[in-house]
This record gives sequence, structure tokens and C-alpha cells, in this order.
Amino acid sequence: MTRDDIKDLILEIIKDIDEDANFATLQSDQPLRDQLDLDSMDFLDIVMELRKRHKLQIPEEDYPQLASLDSCVNYLEPMLKNV
Amino acid sequence: MNSTTTQPIYNKLTSIRQSTIMDYNQQRIVITGVGLVAPGADNLKDFRTQLLTGTSKIREIDLRYFGPAPAGICTFDETRYRKKKENKRGTRAGCLGVYCAHEAMADAALDIDFYKRSRIGVYVGLTEHGTVETENEIYNISQFNYDVKYWTHHHNPRTVLNNPAGEITMSLGITGPHYAIGAACAAGNASLIQGVQMLRLGEVDMALAGGISESTGSFGIFASFKAQGALGEAEDPRMACRPFDMARNGIVVSEGACIYVLERLEKALERGAKIYGEIVGYCINSDARDFVLPYDKRQAECMQQALDRAGLQPSDIDIINTHATGTRQGDIEECKAIRQIFGEAPSPYINNTKSIIGHAMGAAGVLELAGNLPAFEDSMVHPTINVTHLDPECELPNMVINKPTQLPSVSTILNNSFGMVGINSVIIVKKYRE
Repeated sequence: MTRDDIKDLILEIIKDIDEDANFATLQSDQPLRDQLDLDSMDFLDIVMELRKRHKLQIPEEDYPQLASLDSCVNYLEPMLKNV
Repeated sequence: MNSTTTQPIYNKLTSIRQSTIMDYNQQRIVITGVGLVAPGADNLKDFRTQLLTGTSKIREIDLRYFGPAPAGICTFDETRYRKKKENKRGTRAGCLGVYCAHEAMADAALDIDFYKRSRIGVYVGLTEHGTVETENEIYNISQFNYDVKYWTHHHNPRTVLNNPAGEITMSLGITGPHYAIGAACAAGNASLIQGVQMLRLGEVDMALAGGISESTGSFGIFASFKAQGALGEAEDPRMACRPFDMARNGIVVSEGACIYVLERLEKALERGAKIYGEIVGYCINSDARDFVLPYDKRQAECMQQALDRAGLQPSDIDIINTHATGTRQGDIEECKAIRQIFGEAPSPYINNTKSIIGHAMGAAGVLELAGNLPAFEDSMVHPTINVTHLDPECELPNMVINKPTQLPSVSTILNNSFGMVGINSVIIVKKYRE
């Protein structure tokens, strides 16, 4: 997966959680929670979807790595490079 | 101090306590708002029309593992009061409850800040809860070789018993008590009774009380009724629920919800509220006998105690809305119980709402009562439909069969609601008079 593919994957998962989510003004380097209607349970949904779709096991201590879109991509890129 | 000196103090305290209880019991509690969703209607006006015309919307659904079965499914504006995201996060029961609670508040013309939010109680009757969510989750992990790492983190908040009531408080910003009343299919009535009691005790100043059922989402509930030989079936699903008819063969499971606004009379009058009726009598009792079989003797006692509490005679009742679900023994037992209490009375008119909407389980009692409340205004008794050959064992005077009956007036409704493991509930509502 390219960095853009990973970005699309995350946005697609967020759209599944909240189809009213508006990405028009989303800043990729800023925390997703500050910009979208997402809470801790939604983040667990993102983790679960990554597990279901790509068998990724993300340890709890790494959850902060999913804070922004950019940090998601940075964190997931090595795991998804062969997908 | 010996018992000779303490006895007068004890007697005085007992006397004070009894007079306080008397004061509580004399507080008049009225219904001032109704929000509902039934298979075929999403508001009371349409529901009343549906019942008076005897229009069943029962249809066939296809259940996971189980296959086709007749069922009552609700259609309503699910995003009128909360976002799709919240519906996805929560449960079907929560979705039904939130819609009905908002509708009840709007119907009562009540702003959420009229009463202190901490002084509003939410009491929701449930036959069961968590069955649907658990079945769904087991199916989900079956797609992942039953690896529980795929079990959702939403499971616990969705399946706690207070979930539907809690979702209502979150949606309306209510900070008073909320909890579920588990009373099998008597749960709707039981929650109304809880609301009345909490108002009388001064625990809350307003109650949102009612019942909710999401049971059509559970194959297990259908399969269990089927295994018990108690699942209604018919070529035309609209004919599957037929209480009192010789050809009845069981229950039609429905989803649905109904939430009432309950207030103390003086406060309702003070704000000029529309008053649907006054809850004047109620009773809950137990058969103490069998897991599933109903018992006419205790049902009769339950009706009698509700009449006693209301200070009414059997001849004062205008309409009996029966619980009858369309099972052979259940219908007969209830008719026997009615005969025991009303045999000597100028007979009330008797109807059954399940024949039209199916059995909405925890919502059944409150939905069925709601469907009859407009009788105080239009003096009509909605019919029991699907009766082709009335079972002689169910025959009672003044059964309203297949078409509605116009009465000169209607002043009192007695609503029966019974449930498994031997629980009976009766509510008597009176047309409001000063």
C-alpha cells in the first residue's frame, strides 16, 4: 500500500463509523479527534477494522500513533507495505 | 426502655408512616404525552386509525439460521432525533426508545428544561435485552474462526440492561434516574407502574415510562417459540396472529416501543397540559407456579387488586384490552380470569391489539394501552381481527370482533399484560375528570 492508499483506508474506515464525517477541511497533521466527531470508542473501531481487514494487531501502547492522519500513515506504512 | 414504654412511640410512628403513605397514594398521576412506534405506525394518530380499521402490517421476514417467519417490523424516521453514527453505536432498542421519548416530550408540549433534568426519571420495560447484540456478535466472530479478538468493544455498553433507558437519557440530557424493568411481557405495564410509584414517592417530578422491544432481531426468540410449539404461522402473515380463534397457532413476534410522559395532576393542570388519562389502578403479582404456563386464578386476583386500588367495581370498566397472544392455553386462561371477575358485571367491551400488530413483548402492554386511550375521545373500541371461528372456551359477552364498536362513552380502560415465569400486570386508566 502506498501512503495515499493508507490515508484512503483510514478515511474509508472513519466514513464507515460516521458517514456524516466531513473531510473537506481535515488537516492531516492535526489530531483527528479535534477535527471530527470521534471518541475513544471510535478509535477502538478503527483498530478493530484494521484487524478485520488486514489482520493487524495494534498493541494498546501504540494507540497514540493513530492520533492524526499523518501519524496513522507513518505508523501503518511498514505494516502494510506488502499489501 | 421496656416494651411497655416503646409501644406508644412505635404506634405513633407507624401511624405517621401510614398517613404519609396515604398522602402519597392520593397523589393523582396522569399521562400527558405519548410517543410510539408500532408495526404500521409511528405516532398515536396513525396507530389509532390502523387499529380502528384493523389493518395488519405483519409480514414475512427472513431470519439468520431460522428462515422465514411472520413478524412485526417498524418503519420510522430513525434519524429525526439523533445521528446515524449514534444509531450505529447504540442498539435497535435504543434507537426505538430515543425516537419515542422525544415524540412523547413533543406530544406533551414539554420543553426538557420545564422540570429539573435531575428530577426526571426514565423507566423502560424490557422482556429481554442483549439477545440480539449477542447473537450478532457470535455471528461476527464466526466469520473469524471464533477468535474472540474480533469480539466488539461495544458489546458491554450495548447489552447492559439499562442500555435503552440510558440511550434516552443521553439523547435528552436527562440526569435523573434511569433503569430497566425486567418483567417478561408484562414489562411495559410494570414500567408505567414504576413511574407512577416514583412520582408518588416524590423521587422524581416527571417520568418517561414505557416499554421497548427489539426482539425481531433475534433468531433465538423465534426458534425458542417454535420449539415450544408457540410460534404463530399462516400462509398470509397478516393472519398469523389470531387470538381467540379456533385456528390460532401461536405468537407473532414484533418490535416496537411506546414511551409515556407521566406527571402529577396539579403540575399538568398548572401548565395546561393535554391529559390523556389518569392511572387510577394497578397491580403486579406472581403465579408462583410454572415457567411458561399462565394461571387464571392469579390473573383474576391481579385484576381484582387493580380494581380495589382504583376503588372501582367490575361494572365500572368500559374496555378490557386483553393480553391474549394467540396461544391456545394463554387465551383460554385469560378468558377464564375475566369471567371470574366480570361475570356478574354489565360486561365491559373486550378487544385485543396483538391480532393487528403482533406481540411487541416488553412494549406490548404500553403500546396496547396507547392504542386504546383515544377511546376516551372517540368512544370507539377497536376490534380483535382474524377471528373466523371464535373458540367457545374464549367466548365472552361484548367481544369486539373484526369491526370496531361505537359506544355512547368510554371512561375506563383495563389493560392486561402477562409474562413468562408467572408475572401478571394490570393497569386501569380513567378518563380525566376533576
